[in-house]
Amino acid sequence: MTTEHIVVVGGGMVAHRFTEALRERDTEGRFSVEVLAEEPRAPYDRVALTSYFSGRAPEELQLGDPALWQDPLVILHRDTRATAVDRERRIVTVDGGREVAYDHLVLATGSYAWAPPTPGADLPGVFMYRTVDDVAALRGWVEERRAALGRPVRGAVIGGGLLGLEAAGALQSLGAVSTVVQFGDRLMNLQVDEGGGEALKRLIERMGVTVRCNTATKEIRAGKDGHVGSLVFGDGGEQLVDVVVFATGVRPRDELAAAAGLELGARGGVVVDDACLTADPAVSAIGEVACIQGSCLGLIAPGNTMAEIAVDRLLGGGSTFPGADMATKLKLLGVDVASFGDAFATTPGALEMVYADPVNGVYKKLVLTDDATTLLGGVLVGDASAYASLRPMVGAALPGDPAAWILPEGSVEKGEIELPDDAGVCSCNNVSAGSIRGAVNDHDCHDLGAVKACTKAGTSCGSCLPLVKKIMSTELEKAGIEVSNALCEHFALSRAQLFNAIKVAEVTTFSEVIERFGTGRGCDICKPTVGSILASLYNEHVLAGDRAALQDTNDRVMANMQKDGTYSVVPRVPGGEILPEHLILIGQIAQDFGLYTKITGGQRIDMFGARLEQLPAIWKRLVDAGMESGHAYGKSLRTVKSCVGSTWCRYGVQDSVGMAIALELRYRGLRSPHKLKLGVSGCARECAEARGKDVGVIATDKGWNVYVGGNGGFTPVHAQLLVEDVPDDEVFRVIDRYLMYYIRTADRLQRTAPWQQEHEGGLDRIREIVVEDSLGLGEELDAHMARHIDCYEDEWKAVLNDPVRLQQFTSFVNAPDQPDPTLAYVEQRGQRRPATATERADGAVLIAPSTLEVRS
Amino acid sequence: MTAIPATASSTRTVVCEYARLTPELGVAALLGDVQVAIFRLGDGSVHAVQNLDPFSGASVMSRGITGSRGDVPTIASPIYKQVFSLLDGTCLVTMDKEPKPGLQPNLEVYAVTVDNGQVIIDLAGRE
Repeated sequence: MTTEHIVVVGGGMVAHRFTEALRERDTEGRFSVEVLAEEPRAPYDRVALTSYFSGRAPEELQLGDPALWQDPLVILHRDTRATAVDRERRIVTVDGGREVAYDHLVLATGSYAWAPPTPGADLPGVFMYRTVDDVAALRGWVEERRAALGRPVRGAVIGGGLLGLEAAGALQSLGAVSTVVQFGDRLMNLQVDEGGGEALKRLIERMGVTVRCNTATKEIRAGKDGHVGSLVFGDGGEQLVDVVVFATGVRPRDELAAAAGLELGARGGVVVDDACLTADPAVSAIGEVACIQGSCLGLIAPGNTMAEIAVDRLLGGGSTFPGADMATKLKLLGVDVASFGDAFATTPGALEMVYADPVNGVYKKLVLTDDATTLLGGVLVGDASAYASLRPMVGAALPGDPAAWILPEGSVEKGEIELPDDAGVCSCNNVSAGSIRGAVNDHDCHDLGAVKACTKAGTSCGSCLPLVKKIMSTELEKAGIEVSNALCEHFALSRAQLFNAIKVAEVTTFSEVIERFGTGRGCDICKPTVGSILASLYNEHVLAGDRAALQDTNDRVMANMQKDGTYSVVPRVPGGEILPEHLILIGQIAQDFGLYTKITGGQRIDMFGARLEQLPAIWKRLVDAGMESGHAYGKSLRTVKSCVGSTWCRYGVQDSVGMAIALELRYRGLRSPHKLKLGVSGCARECAEARGKDVGVIATDKGWNVYVGGNGGFTPVHAQLLVEDVPDDEVFRVIDRYLMYYIRTADRLQRTAPWQQEHEGGLDRIREIVVEDSLGLGEELDAHMARHIDCYEDEWKAVLNDPVRLQQFTSFVNAPDQPDPTLAYVEQRGQRRPATATERADGAVLIAPSTLEVRS
Repeated sequence: MTAIPATASSTRTVVCEYARLTPELGVAALLGDVQVAIFRLGDGSVHAVQNLDPFSGASVMSRGITGSRGDVPTIASPIYKQVFSLLDGTCLVTMDKEPKPGLQPNLEVYAVTVDNGQVIIDLAGRE
């Protein structure tokens, strides 16, 4: 069988969908795909571009499984622009003149950001808003200008549509003040009606964004430094600016198609039929560049549908474009906006039912048929929670009184809706309620992650996830399946439930806990969990009572076990600030015990290769000199990393080292569901990389910004802003509560980032609880943390003072003087390391442990 | 019960007093060149298995966490968390790993007697 070669011009989201769908459906390998992408990276989630400013790295915008690009039948060329298409020879020419032959060509070139011809649009400081490189450049500019000007940057966004508001949100999150300049009479005039636009304007102005509607921008003028300096408006008004973003719409990238002689639509775009084919049967066009049913569509959902159709047609299918669902739901600057169906009531005889509450900034409108039963469309501003339920109901009769869907919760009884199987739930990926039910019932998908992976529902914009979850739970309930969050075979409770149970019952030992709430003897999963809960609740020594046996060996011996069974020892170095005497002591100990030393990622020093029976002697020397345990072994606070801050640094605006030391001393020894790392930076340059930490504190000229939920590790996440410009005592209060709330409610081994993402209502809800105290938990959390701080004692010192616990640090119960005879080391770069199996077999072992020890 | 002197068989060795063992906390003993991990459980029973962890090659089993799977008392390796039966040494949970080359996944189990307050291990008495 010969393979047909498909060339895709364009490396955007729709090109990705096409490639993914083709590889998934073409199980016989009939087609090979070559993707020509102009951008220097694999296709990414352009819809989520703005999240780049809330701390997501470009890599996190990655679409789907990156393994797609490793598929032997897929070739991705980045940085490769197609310059010409020769339809006769079926050849695409790329930059540099290379020719790529195709059997079938798919044009997925998308759009470019369009700006009206405006004098000064080429000045430094004027940006577009389309690609990762655009937003990265914008970010760089704003940060640089802020540092250079020493005051907040003044930004303006030209264009008050969806993208314009996204850009304004981006400027806000970069700390710039922003003005939205809109030529039309209201914001988002393509999606919302006048009432909705009015509500949106009020809500957005409340966020500190200035809105100017009915305003034409005549000219952009340079300032004295040659950078962008001011905007001149049609009415003669003027405004000072340091940065300008154009978000005035997009135009299809149809120049390649035009040069190849393909027909273009009246307003641009490559004309295609309902099968996404151009007049040339060997050329398809999909996504924003395609002019389908007379228009170009700028949303991802119809683009994905076109990609699926093109794939289906190649495989011999007969699917056709069903017409676009232009429904949209967005969160712009924290404001919910949704528009779906016939939002402008253009259907003859359509009725509009409106609820508006200017005080709370809510506007909701339903468009109904003239008998007020069938839903035609709607606009929701300020509260779009009904969107997920309503959008799939377009064209169907709403049960009960339709007013129930727009009036405040509880004022009118809502009819129960059971979506028909063919109702679309996820419009981005065209997933129906029936497919979700099928995933649950026929494919055993019993959690949201499995349903998402199986159906792709909710994997693009995510706005349908609440509905997906609801449909899934209803199906599970019908099938009598209970979703288990049991800790292990010994406890049917989750960690958070167990935490509460132990707290309420005030039990203090594992035997009591398992007797009251569990069964059996426990295991390596529940024992450390209970040990951690008891330590968090009662602040006693980690080895007190029957707790030593609960702990992993690391916590049990208060050091980190390495691969050969020896341990590493890390004394605490608060904030990374260390006395020369302590540096010398650590070096001395390492020499005397023959330990391997390495600087850790947390600004301290690790000594490797200490045997169990050597630990007390090592600790004694550290403790005698005033050092203490660094808890490098615990599911607890590890370190607070800091930059040198305003005391030495030319740029620092606050004393970051002082803050880091205060935080480290405050939270040292705090037991938690997983390890905790903090960071403090003395200025916005962020040298301490604090946003990669569970809690990051970054100095501002007015105080501190506190970021939460950052993690490194397997799935890195940047921390997100919790509070801004707060003084020292507020930093402590907010972090006290955040950490305590996390400790109480997180799952076993769940770090702050996934906890925060999965928490109902996300970070916004957590902020309400820990900052605004919406649950009235504040005092209790404060008191709990205060108790922790009061009861702290150094774990090493406590063991050194306890002869019974010291017994545990024995190599052999019948031969306490004998070290483990199986340990073997070799020398490498002047230090020792464990010998490999081969080195042992070859007799290359240079150092045996018993010959090493040189006591001073 | 007839007291059998620990010296009656060359394979039997007294390792420590029963009172030296803390419930649920293991200790290691060195018998010639064999390392044994000994556990006293909450019910008073004493178990002994090889101290060598077959999945890491380190002698660390005595420092694992005791527990149960169903009715079987268990010990979990402190390195890669495999779980073994304390009754017959069977590896119950491999954590999708293979033992180190040349090692069996299951642990050797040694006979333990408590006599006169002394814990005695019989290296020959493998179960």
